[in-house]
Amino acid sequence: MMNSTTASASTLSTEDISVWFGERQVLQDINLVFPANQVTALIGPSGCGKSTFLRTLNRMHELIPSAGLAGRVLLDGQDIYDSSVDAVDVRIKVGMVFQKPNPFPTMSIRENILSGLKLSGRKITDADDLVETSLRRASIWNEVKDRLGDQALSLSGGQQQRLCIARSLAMNPEVLLMDEPCSALDPGSTRRIEETIQELSASMTIVIVTHNMQQAQRVSDQTAFFLADENTPGVVVEFGRTEDLFNTPIDPRTNDYVNGHFG
Amino acid sequence: MAIDQKSGSELPQRRKLAAGPLSKGDKWFYRATAISANFAFVLVALIVVFLFVNAWPTLSSQGISFIFGDIWNPDAKNPVMQLGPMLWGSILVGFSGVLLATPMAISAAYLIVYLLPKPAARVATTIIDLLAALPSVVIGLWGIAVFTPVAISWAKISNQLLGWIPIFHVKDPNSAFTDSPFIAGWIVAVMIVPIITSVTREIFSQMDDGLINGAVALGGSRFSVFRKVILPTSSSGIIGGILLGLGRALGETVAILYVLQLSFKINFFSVLESRGGAVASWILARFGEASSSEFHGLMAAGLVIFLVTLAVNMVASFIVNRAQPWRKN
Repeated sequence: MMNSTTASASTLSTEDISVWFGERQVLQDINLVFPANQVTALIGPSGCGKSTFLRTLNRMHELIPSAGLAGRVLLDGQDIYDSSVDAVDVRIKVGMVFQKPNPFPTMSIRENILSGLKLSGRKITDADDLVETSLRRASIWNEVKDRLGDQALSLSGGQQQRLCIARSLAMNPEVLLMDEPCSALDPGSTRRIEETIQELSASMTIVIVTHNMQQAQRVSDQTAFFLADENTPGVVVEFGRTEDLFNTPIDPRTNDYVNGHFG
Repeated sequence: MAIDQKSGSELPQRRKLAAGPLSKGDKWFYRATAISANFAFVLVALIVVFLFVNAWPTLSSQGISFIFGDIWNPDAKNPVMQLGPMLWGSILVGFSGVLLATPMAISAAYLIVYLLPKPAARVATTIIDLLAALPSVVIGLWGIAVFTPVAISWAKISNQLLGWIPIFHVKDPNSAFTDSPFIAGWIVAVMIVPIITSVTREIFSQMDDGLINGAVALGGSRFSVFRKVILPTSSSGIIGGILLGLGRALGETVAILYVLQLSFKINFFSVLESRGGAVASWILARFGEASSSEFHGLMAAGLVIFLVTLAVNMVASFIVNRAQPWRKN
């Protein structure tokens, strides 16, 4: 077994998060808690702001020129939007995996794993060990161990996505955000990534946006249901244990959505 | 009826498919475009034939020394015409121009695509494109009247600070600095910044946002994302743009003639000395008073610079077309 020093998972929480693009408000008063070592699924129809919300959790939101924000995001009690906090440090602690696999095309598999350290100007000690550990944690080591020098694009879509997960893990994040990580993948690849998510939750906090109800039920401990009525900002309709939310929803709108009556 | 050799069964009869235009209007349109298009090819072929026929007397009498020798004496009993210093000068000025223009062009493209708000980016793009629309004679005049005095002071500073590097060394400071390849390089740079910028801008704007977001999410700064992701991903396209700029620089004529002392005493790399060469400018300088013997020499010079420019442009389009194979899927 590899001897890796993994950072301990952190609790992430939001206090009255509201979000604007220009004059248009897209989220209102989101209060959620993502406890350490738990997987939280964010579900809801397209356009309800769940991906936007996810991007507020690692300060990717502010990269959009017209973006506005109110409220606080606390990582172990520290407001990540505080003027004393560097956005780069936030993004290192809070990793992100995107909908479409985005390995760097000019880099090899190995270079992709080490790219985060290079991009953030961190020192690399024992690169070989880090590459192996990260790829193992993303359960792709056995498939690529003999071809670490190959271009990342030589991998299949599902392998590319697991490479992107491994790339995030190499930064040793406390929280991992996943924005519909399986929506571009076939069922087999999806299943493997879901298994990886379960394994990773032992060492980090995970927030996953998904359109797939079965996936939310398979991987998550708790679920938040987002909804935006026409021309109103998105809100969290219901938030609780995944079992409860799917089996005994309190709000009738949640019941309609999880049973496929709209959205 | 055709019979399949293996199974003995009948093969389905293939129907004739109409490939050409059907209506009368379409037929005329097709012919008109075909003629216009072919006319362009014929024109190029005729120019090459004209150049070659007129260049032949010189090429056949001078041989390979036409390219490498450094004597230009067209009206002697046995005319000697050797283009070496001009050809090398074109290359020296061209590369100086590219070296100066590339950082400007990449910075401008980055600014336009990634930093400026949309309206400002549109204005910046227009201004840089306007630079490409300026006639080269205007840039040449600006080069003499406005830029040369400024460039001379830059040249003197470079010489004082970096004179120990052979490139910036001058033999006699009193007869150097004016009309130098250094100044010609800057003038050419001004002329090729627009083309390199527009190719680079196009390449940058085709960048997959997912890669940039991925790099930022991994803790990248603006600079590290630019250096480690944007630049490597765009490099072959940018090199293609640079070569297109080099192609233009090699053919540049009148603007260089205004700001460079053409000399057959070859100047290999001392860019601050007051002598250099440029094939196209040399043709322009001599053509008006050329004897019939020199006329053939100038035609040969034209053929040579045409072939060099053609080769550079072909390599450039090859690289641009091959750029970023992963974009195609």
